[in-house]
Amino acid sequence: MSDVPQHAADIHEQFSDHIDVTVEDVEERLATLVDEYKVPIDEARRSVTTHYLDEAGLEREDISSGSSERAQIEDVDEPEQWIDLRAKVIELWEPRSDSVAQVGLLGDPTGTIKFTKWAKSDLPSLEEGGVYDLRNVVTDEYQGRYSVKLNSTTVVEELDEEIEVGDDTSEIEGALVDMQSGSGLIKRCPEEGCTYVLQNGRCPDHGEVEGEFDLRIKGVVDDGIDAHEVIFDAESTESLTGISLEEAKEMAMDALDTTVVADEIRDRVVGTYYRIEGPTFGRYVLADDVEELDGPVDAESLLIKARSM
Amino acid sequence: MSQTQLTREVAKRAFASEFNDSTYAFKESDDERAPNYALMPTGDRANRVFFVGTLTETEDVGEDSEYWRGRVVDPTGTFFVYAGQYQPEAAAVLRDTEPPAYVAIVGKPRTYETDDGTINVSVRPESIAVVDEATRDRWVVETAERTLDRIEAFSEFEAEQEAPESGSTVPTNEYAQMAREQYDSPVENYRRDVIQALESLEELEASA
Repeated sequence: MSDVPQHAADIHEQFSDHIDVTVEDVEERLATLVDEYKVPIDEARRSVTTHYLDEAGLEREDISSGSSERAQIEDVDEPEQWIDLRAKVIELWEPRSDSVAQVGLLGDPTGTIKFTKWAKSDLPSLEEGGVYDLRNVVTDEYQGRYSVKLNSTTVVEELDEEIEVGDDTSEIEGALVDMQSGSGLIKRCPEEGCTYVLQNGRCPDHGEVEGEFDLRIKGVVDDGIDAHEVIFDAESTESLTGISLEEAKEMAMDALDTTVVADEIRDRVVGTYYRIEGPTFGRYVLADDVEELDGPVDAESLLIKARSM
Repeated sequence: MSQTQLTREVAKRAFASEFNDSTYAFKESDDERAPNYALMPTGDRANRVFFVGTLTETEDVGEDSEYWRGRVVDPTGTFFVYAGQYQPEAAAVLRDTEPPAYVAIVGKPRTYETDDGTINVSVRPESIAVVDEATRDRWVVETAERTLDRIEAFSEFEAEQEAPESGSTVPTNEYAQMAREQYDSPVENYRRDVIQALESLEELEASA
């Protein structure tokens, strides 16, 4: 029964942050089940774990199955992994639900990721701009986007250091093959900190409001291998189309219709090749740097390849 | 990132000669709403395509309502594009554009069987945009590159089939397998088309 000390050590590690328990105590409980009651070790481990969960007032999902691993944000590529992050709080958002205490964006040198802190987790409040060591957070995925959840087993330690946040920049070259709805001249909610795009003059949070005009393109840039969704803000929309926000407003005013702006933009951008650089936000790339690819192309190297195949 | 069901279909690049040979259409599941794919002879599937060529002719072939057909020529052949009342924007471009003009088209492959049993492949456009020559040239080079990549993967797959004992680690190529079962035309034809397309650009450059 040489497994018992190892299992005891594992269990002890899972709970050592939560309750005051010694390895010997854990080992004794395991040994009793395995040696006296002849319970298989897996079942014994489960039983002992349940005992300590009750004692600590935790749920099974609150503890990691093993020790969590130190990770960087770019490494997060599957859900339900227990990891430790050293990250900066880039921004905090307004929680949409009472069960969420805090929600926002974390960053480290490799990228950014959304975090959610449950209200029932009873953790200290994170400050915008603060740098933290977050041990035992669990990863999650929704529609291909990853996030981390801070739970009641998470250990939050504020660090007195600065870390540089990488911006997860991607570079895409391809043809703009589609412009999606919500492009052109749009209206945003004017409330402080709210950037919702109005639908029929209504903000999902603030109801009927007098919106503020903004200009953007939600486009799809496709290179024949991947289709990337790209958002061009007012500035890059102007550099792409030559239409400024002011001109867009005038166009809409003349036509008594905002859709003329989107139609005009579509005519100018769809079917054109671009190189785009910018940070990735969930499934979107924000076009910080845009270049139209209208220069000559090199056919010769490909021709050599095709002939030699 | 993991692929989800909501992933947008990529617009595949193929020259007209290969596109028009993509006569076998299939679905990946029995679901009524499952997307349709055209099987490309070089071993890939296409639910959407993007191509740039010269619009050489437009004609309203509709009987009761407008139904526009456009012929769009690339260095290897002709794409046939059909737009009616359900593609009003694309139909308007075909109605209003004076050939010849360079056009960039995003659309869905469609197959139909003629009375004599041959299967024709056409495009139902999502968008048609008038573009310039530089865009056309860029598309030719890009399409040549994507086509060569497919041919390369196909050839590796074939080599693997012929010498399975070599224990090579070529990944399985589901659509190359399907293409071998459905089509007779060798991929060599498409390599020749790539060369022809690239040479047409070089000649232009030489004559300029």
